[in-house]
Amino acid sequence: MKTFRMGGVHPAANKLSAGVAIRPIDIPALVAIPMAQNLGAPSKPVVVKGDKVKVGTVIAEPGGFLSSYIHSSVSGTVDKIDMVPDATGKKVPAVFIKVEGDEWEDTIDRSEDLVRELKITDPKAITDRIFHSGIVGMGGATFPTQVKLAPPPGMKCEVVIINAVECEPYLTSDHSLMLEHAEEILVGVTALMCAMQVRKAIIGIEANKPDAIALMTQKAAAYKGITIQPLKLKYPQGGEKQLIDACIGKQVPSGGLPIATGALVQNVGTAFAVYQAVQKNKPLIDRIVTVTGKSLAHPSNFLARIGIPIANLIEAAGGLPEDTGKVISGGPMMGKAMPEVNSYMVKGCSGILIMPNAEARRKQAEPCLRCAKCVDVCPMGLSPLFISKYSQKQMWAEAEEERIYDCIECGSCSFTCPSHRPLLDWIRQGKGKVMGIMRARAAEAKAKAEAEKAKAEAK
Amino acid sequence: MSNLNVSLSPHVHSGNSVRKSMLDVLIALAPALCVSFYYYGLGAVVVTLTSVVSCVLFEYLIEKFILKTEVRIGDLSAVLTGVLLAFNVPSNLPVWIIIIGALIAIGVGKMTFGGLGQNIFNPALVGRVFLLVAFPAQMTTWPQPMQQAHYTDVTTGATPLYLFQQYVAGDTEALQQMPSALDMLLGMHGGSLGEVCALALIIGGIYMLCRKTITWHIPVSILLAAFCTAFLCYGFDIHLALQQILAGGLMLGAIYMATDYVTSPVTPRGQLLYGCLIGVLAILIRRFGSYPEGMSFAILMLNACSPLINKYIKPRRFGVTK
Ligand code: SF4
Ligand code: SF4
Repeated sequence: MKTFRMGGVHPAANKLSAGVAIRPIDIPALVAIPMAQNLGAPSKPVVVKGDKVKVGTVIAEPGGFLSSYIHSSVSGTVDKIDMVPDATGKKVPAVFIKVEGDEWEDTIDRSEDLVRELKITDPKAITDRIFHSGIVGMGGATFPTQVKLAPPPGMKCEVVIINAVECEPYLTSDHSLMLEHAEEILVGVTALMCAMQVRKAIIGIEANKPDAIALMTQKAAAYKGITIQPLKLKYPQGGEKQLIDACIGKQVPSGGLPIATGALVQNVGTAFAVYQAVQKNKPLIDRIVTVTGKSLAHPSNFLARIGIPIANLIEAAGGLPEDTGKVISGGPMMGKAMPEVNSYMVKGCSGILIMPNAEARRKQAEPCLRCAKCVDVCPMGLSPLFISKYSQKQMWAEAEEERIYDCIECGSCSFTCPSHRPLLDWIRQGKGKVMGIMRARAAEAKAKAEAEKAKAEAK
Repeated sequence: MSNLNVSLSPHVHSGNSVRKSMLDVLIALAPALCVSFYYYGLGAVVVTLTSVVSCVLFEYLIEKFILKTEVRIGDLSAVLTGVLLAFNVPSNLPVWIIIIGALIAIGVGKMTFGGLGQNIFNPALVGRVFLLVAFPAQMTTWPQPMQQAHYTDVTTGATPLYLFQQYVAGDTEALQQMPSALDMLLGMHGGSLGEVCALALIIGGIYMLCRKTITWHIPVSILLAAFCTAFLCYGFDIHLALQQILAGGLMLGAIYMATDYVTSPVTPRGQLLYGCLIGVLAILIRRFGSYPEGMSFAILMLNACSPLINKYIKPRRFGVTK
């Protein structure tokens, strides 16, 4: 069985909610739809207080090139535009909507019927539909999908790789999506293949989901060009670079774009959203989210509208336990700890993980043993013990020399360190700093070159 | 409800710890220790206990009263140093010499550098080499096995490495007295307390490989390089070369001493280079040096080179083709 070649760890899977059927969450009386839901520029609201909206009405436009549309996930009246905390506690603007009924835009096909035949066959038109449906990378990266579907000139896409790895422990949203919507995903992948004008797609699924592998393989037989690739269990297989390496054995060049390998990676949730957009004309207004944790009464997979309070999700899974020490948006390896449970559902939220007090606190860091375990597990071939030390000591030149900028922040190093050293905390800081220095240097070099060019022309 | 912990990702840990790693090495050393108790009886028990107790005690005293830092004896690294020091000395070594060895190992080899993780040289080897230089007579009389009831009053005799040296010096008789490779694998010959039974050491090594406590790079490269060098240095005789890697502290050094986390390089390729150089050096010292045993010196010399190896040999990077 295939897997990526370098490093990797095996965290306990703890897929408590595996096999739990997807259940829709009740719509509350008031939702708040944050305006910063994608990587890049936040979206610009186009509604004002008092506006009537339906499910699927555009409420915000892209705020830049790297940005997305946002649609109302409920029907009702715009109540206000106000600041709300996001998962990390940062304040972002959000459109509050008072819910009245559940009326959808009538352009949306709400039937449950599976539509196999692609309704749009022009690549440009598919990308356009995806853009206008507000689709972003659903794995958590929230990169606006239409931008990713337009590779820079000179780069050619040869294969679409679908990330159905779900290597984060605890999370099961992709898994349950595959079990309940296998064919919709396959049609979505076909649409993505059409948009990219390629004949081949590979869906990578880790071996701990044999039911999904079996079902998808069986259904995929009817879809030309799509193969299911079972992958050996190893974190961080869902990392874009690792997944490409695992599926087609090519390494994304350091500093380069993944598309340089000829592969375009999309999350399986994105493929499902693409199906809904292209075949049903339904914009991205809801998603599957896992709400889980060992202390939680009912770890579940929910279908939740964007803008629902996270607290409602936790309530529906049995309520926040007494001894909760940490609430994480995302998985335990890369997710973000929330300072308070007062944020709202966004497009990139694949899971909410509740951790009891006993597990929420880190052990005290001890001196580095130089045991090299962190070097062994780093999927990018870095030396975490050294780059973390350089960051700590602010030795930026050395940190750059050691390629700190290649770190994908997977956390494998901190996870494995026997001395419990918070390696990634330091590396993350150093990476930001070093990349800032590199950008400044590049800008300076560019300015200098331009000045010289201007001078030469003046002569 | 705002008493939530907000530490950064990752939010889970493998459960690895320094103590667990050290414990694994100690477990791996257990078979060899049992064999030593069996062969050397009382002497082995006294030497090992003295060494372990004094190493732990010195670490405790230094951390508590001199450095005034947190006491870390719970991580078991001092216990490990104690066992390894005992493994590297003859089983008839008087108690007071062992205590001095432990003081040097922990005090000089470890604590002067700032404690675990900071030291450049393997502490147990620092202790051993000091004793070898300070007490050459006591450190080079080797009890013969199977005199379980004796300690310092034990009958001593030649070790295979001593016989090798005699042979190289022109005494062809020496080879006749040499134990067979099989006996050497099982440990039926004189030598340091823990180094004699290669088989027990190998079993422990396999345990550590399975537990991922160590990787294969260092031991395998040392053994291969030593074997090849011995083959070249001792008249292209495969049997002699095999006896060389089974004799003395080579196996113990390759599996347990050179693989010490702190003092070995961090990348697989660096470890291979480090291992090869140790293997070659150890045999060259044995063949051409004045000491019959060269493993400790070889490891210490390469310990000193580890930072340099780390500087020049980087891990293979993802997405970088040179
Ligand atoms: S895993 Fe931890 S103790 Fe081991 S080398 Fe890396 S930082 Fe040091
Ligand atoms: S977080 Fe960065 S340095 Fe640590 S293992 Fe992952 S890629 Fe390597």
